[in-house]
Amino acid sequence: MILTLVILPLLAGLLAFVLPQPVLRRGLLIGTALMHAAITAVCWKATPTPALDGWLALDAAGLLFLSITSFLFLMVSFYVAGYLGQEANRRAMDPEEGFLFDNAPEAAFIGCLLLFLAAMTLVTVSQHFGLLWVAIEATTLASAPLIYFHRHHRSLEATWKYLLICSVGIALALLANFFLGVAATQTTDNDFPMVLPNLVAHAANLQTPWLKVACVLFFVGYGTKMGLAPLHTWLPDAHSEAPSAVSALLSGAVLNCAFLGLVRVQQICVAAGLGDFGRDVWIALGLISLVVSAVFILGQTDYKRLLAYSSVENMGIIAIGVGLGGVGVFGAMLQAVNHSLAKAMLFLLSGNILTRYQSKNIAKVRGLLLAAPATGLLWLAGFLAITGTPPFGLFLSKFTILKAAFDGGHSWIAIVLLGFLAIIFIGMTTAFLAMAQGEPDKTANQGEDRWWQIMPPAVLGFLVLCLGLTIPAKLSGVLHQIALTLGGAP
Amino acid sequence: MFFTNLILALVVLTNLKLLGSSRLGASIRVVAAQGVALGLLPILAHWPELSVHFGLLAAGTIAIKGVVFPWLLFRAIREAEIAREVEPYVGYAASLVTGAAALGAAFWLCTRLPVPEGLASPWLVPVSFFSIFAGLFLIVSRKRAVSQVLGFLVLENGIYTFGVGVAVRTPFLVEAGVLLDVFVAVFVMGITIFHINREFDHINTDRLSTLKD
Repeated sequence: MILTLVILPLLAGLLAFVLPQPVLRRGLLIGTALMHAAITAVCWKATPTPALDGWLALDAAGLLFLSITSFLFLMVSFYVAGYLGQEANRRAMDPEEGFLFDNAPEAAFIGCLLLFLAAMTLVTVSQHFGLLWVAIEATTLASAPLIYFHRHHRSLEATWKYLLICSVGIALALLANFFLGVAATQTTDNDFPMVLPNLVAHAANLQTPWLKVACVLFFVGYGTKMGLAPLHTWLPDAHSEAPSAVSALLSGAVLNCAFLGLVRVQQICVAAGLGDFGRDVWIALGLISLVVSAVFILGQTDYKRLLAYSSVENMGIIAIGVGLGGVGVFGAMLQAVNHSLAKAMLFLLSGNILTRYQSKNIAKVRGLLLAAPATGLLWLAGFLAITGTPPFGLFLSKFTILKAAFDGGHSWIAIVLLGFLAIIFIGMTTAFLAMAQGEPDKTANQGEDRWWQIMPPAVLGFLVLCLGLTIPAKLSGVLHQIALTLGGAP
Repeated sequence: MFFTNLILALVVLTNLKLLGSSRLGASIRVVAAQGVALGLLPILAHWPELSVHFGLLAAGTIAIKGVVFPWLLFRAIREAEIAREVEPYVGYAASLVTGAAALGAAFWLCTRLPVPEGLASPWLVPVSFFSIFAGLFLIVSRKRAVSQVLGFLVLENGIYTFGVGVAVRTPFLVEAGVLLDVFVAVFVMGITIFHINREFDHINTDRLSTLKD
């Protein structure tokens, strides 16, 4: 079953490159996404048997992130199918600088999208550290052509930065893998497989200096991909220049994949008695991300970049949660789920706004509620959700993390966190409210939104709301299990 | 032992040559030569125990790093009609001095880490660190996109040296996966360079500077 999850999108992706009809390709995209989501749902009922000598297995953390990825991909595939019907093979006018550009061929776009899903699935099911690395690098390579969908110089610049910065970062994570291998040379077993359960079981025998260096390099490598400041420089560019549906996947799914890689590292650190060392790094990177994002959110003029910096902020909050340990880990995982849903919703909506207003500039978008009531209302709901206003899910997860900080005797972290959350709230309020209110100009009145522009973000928003009202027992169980593997009973 | 040391010495010299050279064609050849030399490393580091595993790995590495990459990169510079790096952010003499300092730092770093015993050569670890430093330095100090890709390859070669020479337990599937990833990475970068060239009529990345806050 695990192999099917990886191979299905892989084959579908290769098929998409050769299918002649656009309708067939879009059908293939949605069909694959539906099947992938269905198999993932079955995994919640019965844990699938490990494959390839335990290299591929689904533990609690893997299941959580697999589910987020699969669900987001399903929603995005509906949006993409509609979007391509409108945008594919068309010469478009650049809204910012007024030149004409082409869009990438649809076959390549859908093909890369499906390969991207295969790579992300492989990340979530990999128990072997080498394979995990191969999969995370594969997500970078499969998504780079997606960012360059609009063929113009700005998206090209974003693609180049993304490719080079993430490849270099991830190359350092490969070095970290080798260091981890050296750290394990003292273990008794001569043929020591680098799979997670094995490493955790023999963690006490790992050589501490090598493990520490490996840990730091993992943070640099996967932290780059996760978008933790100061390694986040590729993130705002890639998120603002990619088509909105791709930004939704980058923010909601890829950042989580890299986060999962770091969670695996922390699991080994905890088992090896280096939990505190790891936690300090998590908290330091989390606080830096919070400060950097707050600085760039205040006075931001581009709403897609605003959302991108909000992703840096949320990754920072998640990192702080993991760093606090115990209940904080529970809160961090919940925050990861909520953030993925809310941010994907907002990015899809930003796509609606961009097509309607032909500008990414916050000052040029006015009267969203009058021009497009559905998008406008969802945009406001998304704003309330992402800033952590009750009754949305992010309120609960941020509250849990704050409570963990106070209870654990880290009041100063809680106070700093609250302070920056307030600053970010002010920055986001100015932008979002100004866009929603006022009188729309003539260009904005282009009729109703289509169903594919409304349905996916509405479903995502509804789920964030539900997670704020009640957490299903199954989900709560999985979150507890993850918190246990990262040390400390919640 | 002798041949392993010879290869490692070659790696150090090629790195220094790259740091001091402005000709792109020569740099591509130098990186290719470095790739081929390193391709032989898995066989020599474990001499005389030969296995299909190391044979396949060596053949794959030599084919990709010695033949495919140079072909790809030569095509890129021919399309762009360029032969030289343009005024890098750090000059060539300063680059060489930095390289020498990095070499020293690499050797010093090895005295601080408990390097495992019984390696094919005591130079394996410092030379791999030196390649990593040199690769990172090339990426940040050069303007041409092709030079940055070459820097990425040197970085990857350094990591590969460490992986093959020190962490011997990497399973074949992972090694093949790593090689495939590096291949696709350079392939995608090559395509991107092609597009950058078409879009801007040159491939200097310092012109890629519209996006900022």
